[in-house]
Amino acid sequence: MTDISAQQTGGPQPTSKPEKPASARSAIWAQFRSHKGAVFGLAVLGFLVLAVLIGPWIWHPEKLSVAQAMKVRNQPPSLQFPLGTDQLGRDMLQRMMQAGKVSLAVGFVAMIIAITFGTLIGVLAGYFRRLDGPLMRMTDMFLALPLIPLLLVMVMLFRDDIARTMGPELGAFSLIVFAIGITSWMQAARIVRGEVLALKEREYVLAARSIGAAPHRIILRHILPNVVSPVMVAATLGVAEAIITESVLSFLGLGFPPDFPTWGRLLFDGLQYMQLYPERVIWPGLAISLTVLSVNYIGDGLRDALDPRIRGR
Amino acid sequence: MLTFTLRRLLVAIPTLLFISLIIFLLVDLAPGSPLSDIPLTVPPDVRQRMIEALGADQPVFVRYLLWLRQFFWVEPAYLLDGWLGTSLAEGEQRILSWQSRSPVFTVIGQRLPQTLTVIGTAYLLGVAIALPIGIYSAYRQYSMFDQFGTLFAMIGFSVPTFFSGTLFIIIFAVWLGWFPTKYDTQLSVTDWATFVEQLRQMALPVMTLGLANAAVISRYMRSSMLDNMTQDYVRTARAKGMPERTVVLKHVLRNSMIPVVTVIALGIPSIFGGAIITENLFGVNGIGAALIGAINASDLPMVQTLAFIFAVLIVAFNLIADVLYGLLDPRIRYD
Repeated sequence: MTDISAQQTGGPQPTSKPEKPASARSAIWAQFRSHKGAVFGLAVLGFLVLAVLIGPWIWHPEKLSVAQAMKVRNQPPSLQFPLGTDQLGRDMLQRMMQAGKVSLAVGFVAMIIAITFGTLIGVLAGYFRRLDGPLMRMTDMFLALPLIPLLLVMVMLFRDDIARTMGPELGAFSLIVFAIGITSWMQAARIVRGEVLALKEREYVLAARSIGAAPHRIILRHILPNVVSPVMVAATLGVAEAIITESVLSFLGLGFPPDFPTWGRLLFDGLQYMQLYPERVIWPGLAISLTVLSVNYIGDGLRDALDPRIRGR
Repeated sequence: MLTFTLRRLLVAIPTLLFISLIIFLLVDLAPGSPLSDIPLTVPPDVRQRMIEALGADQPVFVRYLLWLRQFFWVEPAYLLDGWLGTSLAEGEQRILSWQSRSPVFTVIGQRLPQTLTVIGTAYLLGVAIALPIGIYSAYRQYSMFDQFGTLFAMIGFSVPTFFSGTLFIIIFAVWLGWFPTKYDTQLSVTDWATFVEQLRQMALPVMTLGLANAAVISRYMRSSMLDNMTQDYVRTARAKGMPERTVVLKHVLRNSMIPVVTVIALGIPSIFGGAIITENLFGVNGIGAALIGAINASDLPMVQTLAFIFAVLIVAFNLIADVLYGLLDPRIRYD
């Protein structure tokens, strides 16, 4: 991607360029760059991801003993603690970075589960006519499920047992990621099915079939590469959705344990101290909101960039 | 139109059965049978009746059918008895909450008005804000107003309600002190002073939910208006020399309202779900708070019933949205 951006920054603005861009990829990138919100979103998300991944290498305050930590409880932001400390004297910046890693990981992994499952269902329903009816009925029924109550019930019923077998941290992570993934694949399935239904009738698929290509080969080689762009948009928006859902669960006290926090959990923990130390609620809330906002903007930009009808103009 | 409605109704029945099965199985297959967890505070004879009513020793599908029977036959029968003074449900075991040991539906009946007052007002307010913003943004596309409106919608759409609600509490209740931080469920409106008090305590939850809803609906309104503004019939209306106000507010608006009305109908059940957060944040003692309370106390009958009620709401409003769409747009009814 870097070589394309270098090529573009040197030249004039892509929208005012008379000749066609060199390749589809650079055309997509040019269109994406013309969407101001999307560029802003990409920058903010990139910053947050970097802060969460590289931040702990740069910012690692020495571990305080219990007695030392008790002395620095509830500190306001200072040079030693840029975001202040919490009620147990833990550095908020460090906790924010740890929490962010988990929050973003939940968003991405849940999205991957949802997209994989949704694409599988969508391709099967779109390609094999016999499966279409039952699979789409099932999708409609899943769409009618009350998600938040169901997720809460799932976490409540299975949390302790999974924590016992897999340990509290990995247990909470896999339960929540799986629960979110399994309840948010429906949009992707519908989108993919629609695309596959249209692609199936194209001549090149007929040609592939007439030379004796097996269905799995047609699907993998000819159909899937052509549904990538709508799936990417759905995937982007899915990350935002998953992060929000996870923080809602944590916010209601049914998410991650306090020593393995996410942004939602930090916000939940900060709520009791909201009146005295509002910044403890504001940091995680701001992080969640900024992530979701930038992901939504990236999704908007991608939708425009990947749509050839808009891109031409 | 009648066949259209009937067909939709018939599709709704298997959906509801499927959802009830999922909710039932989720709780039933969870480690530890729910009936082995009946708290010791429930008297032994009541415990025995509860186990019999759910057939704890029967195979799974018998237990499922018994649960459905309790939900769809025994409880409505009690309701009818209450209204008409009949005795249809004589001697049947009702669904009991393990926390309060009173029937689940009585608890829900007490909680529902709180939810409806707050959530209903918030939704109406949200729609009232969203429609003008959406219409004017679309009419003046790319103007300052539109830029600001879409930014507002994007932010309202992205900032989760638990954060915007907390921010409102910090700003308006803690710093400025205009409104109370918590909702007082005990307050009953009797005179002007209590009415003002009620308005003040409703302000923050209504603002939180209303803004979130307004953001979503105004996005739909704007894009639906934009789709219609470029249609040929709009050019025809302008060419006939109709005043701009008639063209926009009559011709375009009526056609763009069709999808928006269904979006508004579809959004109603999801705000009940979203209300779980707002109710917990502000301490509104509605059904969302009841659900969280029941989950924290492992009150399984209450949890099952509430989750199923949320599902019934979703299916019902899907049905209403479908029928509305059919009524408003004759092209949709293919009969």
